[in-house]
Amino acid sequence: MRVSEVQQESLTAAKAKWMYQKMVEIRRFEDQVHETFSTGTIPGFVHLYAGEEAVAVGVCSHLDDKDYITSTHRGHGHCIAKGCDLKGMMAEIYGKATGLCKGKGGSMHIADVSKGMLGANGIVGGGFPLATGAGLSAKLRKTGGVAVCFFGDGANNHGTFHEGINQAAIWDLPVIFVAENNGYGESTPFEYASSCKSIADRATGYNIPGETVDGKDTMAVYEAAQRAVERARNGEGPSLIECVTYRNYGHFEGDAQTYKTQGEREQHLNELDAIIRFREQLLSNNLATEDELHSIDENVRQAVADAVEFAEKSPMPEADQLTTDVYVNYKPGGEE
Amino acid sequence: MARQISFADAINEAIKETMRNDENVILLGEDVAGGADLDHLGDEDAWGGVMGVTKGLVQEFGRDRILDTPIAEAGYVGAAVSAAATGMRPIAELMFNDFIGSCLDEVMNQGAKLRYMFGGHAKIPLVIRTMHGAGFRAAAQHSQTLYGMFTAIPGVKVVVPSSPADAKGLLISAIEDDDMVVFFEDKTLYNVKGEVPEGHYTIPIGKADIKRSGDDLTIVAIGKQVNTALTAADQLAQKGIEAEVVDPRSLSPLDENTILKSVQKTSRLVIVDEANPRCNAATDISALVADKGFDYLDAPIKMVTAPHSPVPFSPALEDLYLPSPEKILAVVSELIDDESIVTI
Repeated sequence: MRVSEVQQESLTAAKAKWMYQKMVEIRRFEDQVHETFSTGTIPGFVHLYAGEEAVAVGVCSHLDDKDYITSTHRGHGHCIAKGCDLKGMMAEIYGKATGLCKGKGGSMHIADVSKGMLGANGIVGGGFPLATGAGLSAKLRKTGGVAVCFFGDGANNHGTFHEGINQAAIWDLPVIFVAENNGYGESTPFEYASSCKSIADRATGYNIPGETVDGKDTMAVYEAAQRAVERARNGEGPSLIECVTYRNYGHFEGDAQTYKTQGEREQHLNELDAIIRFREQLLSNNLATEDELHSIDENVRQAVADAVEFAEKSPMPEADQLTTDVYVNYKPGGEE
Repeated sequence: MARQISFADAINEAIKETMRNDENVILLGEDVAGGADLDHLGDEDAWGGVMGVTKGLVQEFGRDRILDTPIAEAGYVGAAVSAAATGMRPIAELMFNDFIGSCLDEVMNQGAKLRYMFGGHAKIPLVIRTMHGAGFRAAAQHSQTLYGMFTAIPGVKVVVPSSPADAKGLLISAIEDDDMVVFFEDKTLYNVKGEVPEGHYTIPIGKADIKRSGDDLTIVAIGKQVNTALTAADQLAQKGIEAEVVDPRSLSPLDENTILKSVQKTSRLVIVDEANPRCNAATDISALVADKGFDYLDAPIKMVTAPHSPVPFSPALEDLYLPSPEKILAVVSELIDDESIVTI
């Protein structure tokens, strides 16, 4: 596939390589978490983003630190694309004191407010009103920022979908709702759980633009996000983008994934793989050389290894951390 | 030896027993079967619930009665309320009790109040099965213990089993009950095995169980904390202190009489509740004894609870968050003047 001339103009070689790096960071990070989780070192639940890299990166490549994102239980990819530190993330997943959230949140609640990353989220549908509120805040404070709500196909049936999007639409808020339709809400097929043919169709009900793109085609996501982000920054209101994608792993680690077929898995891990496809695009359009991409691959491998080492060597939180950070100011027992 | 099965299998059996007896019993929730409408799975479930508790039910009862729902708690819990009001006897599974945030209106304003508001001209024979509890490294939005919140709502019955046998008998009672029951399943108990009778049997809701007899102090413990209390009681016995462990089994209604009689016998009360310390079951039981059993007491009522914080993710912190036998011994040492207790 050729990158169109318009895309080439908007996508510099430097940007393209940054995107490739972020995608590889996500893949390597998630593969590493998958591997480590199986050894029992990582506590709790993890939900891996591998396979969906094109969405987080295609969208976040239009954002900077003044822009906000809300994420999901499958949040590692959004964190990385939004610039969260790999070491701080890995330490958080290990429950260490050096984690981005001091070990208090874990995989499902990684956040870095300084990067505009308003948290992975353990509640399906939790992000819609939060993104709308962040968009309201950006609009009223005139920061020029936008808010992106990443959500899964499961969440598109949640009541907050309606309330959040409708509110953003009536107030023309700078919010982009990005559906990651990976085909399954947990173990339940999208087609069973949703009465709509596509999530994008639902935009009609809110009188906002809605489009469906191949969520494993990085440039398709990039272009759609560019249109939506521009519209938001121009004060024209929210958009809905549905990215059709696939998760390489289960809903959570330990999921036997019997609902998937062997054929679809193989196809997605090979010819449909977003990183393989983007890599070919970069090379065929002379946006990067083999050597450059190889060097990115190696640097990422090292960065993830460093993150693991950092997490492993970091201390657990001290006992006194149990009850801190609940309030800004609180006197148990009240004022004297 | 009698048959031993897990807490999860006991719950599965209870659902099966009631579904076989009454075709109006249905189960609905997120991935209670899983893999709906997928040809390659045929009659198989993909999950049988996120923890596999309802595995195999769809094969026996079919997808008309084991209903996978969208991830839309307000939608299906609300539907379960009105299905109950109109002749069905649904079991709605709220995967984690933390998700009540998404459907509290359906429970609190609809299900709990319809009968009263309609002057008794409706009944809501609905069970909401829900998973609770810390210790699973599931972090702040998947680890809470919220039975206290439901206990505060008139129109809701609240059941918290601590053993596989209790879970089965109480769940059958809950399903056959004509009122709405919220049934709490501690996720860390699912693999715990115990003796469970075969077939259909019920345990009345509102009847506490004395899990261990003793004369020196009463420990009222809820859900899996019954096990923590029993461990502490064994350690106390080594010092010659005999604790009576009372398991209320249901918080609404609460078997006040059994608790008061135990305190009358022992004169000392410790309450173990892994919920946050304010306005929880422990404070409620404490108020009950202070009100109706004050004269029985030789010492202040003590509570062992979680701190006033969300559930932390880090194992190092989560282990400190939960009640433990050590924490129970520490408060017992304040009630019974014997410093050696804390060093057991």
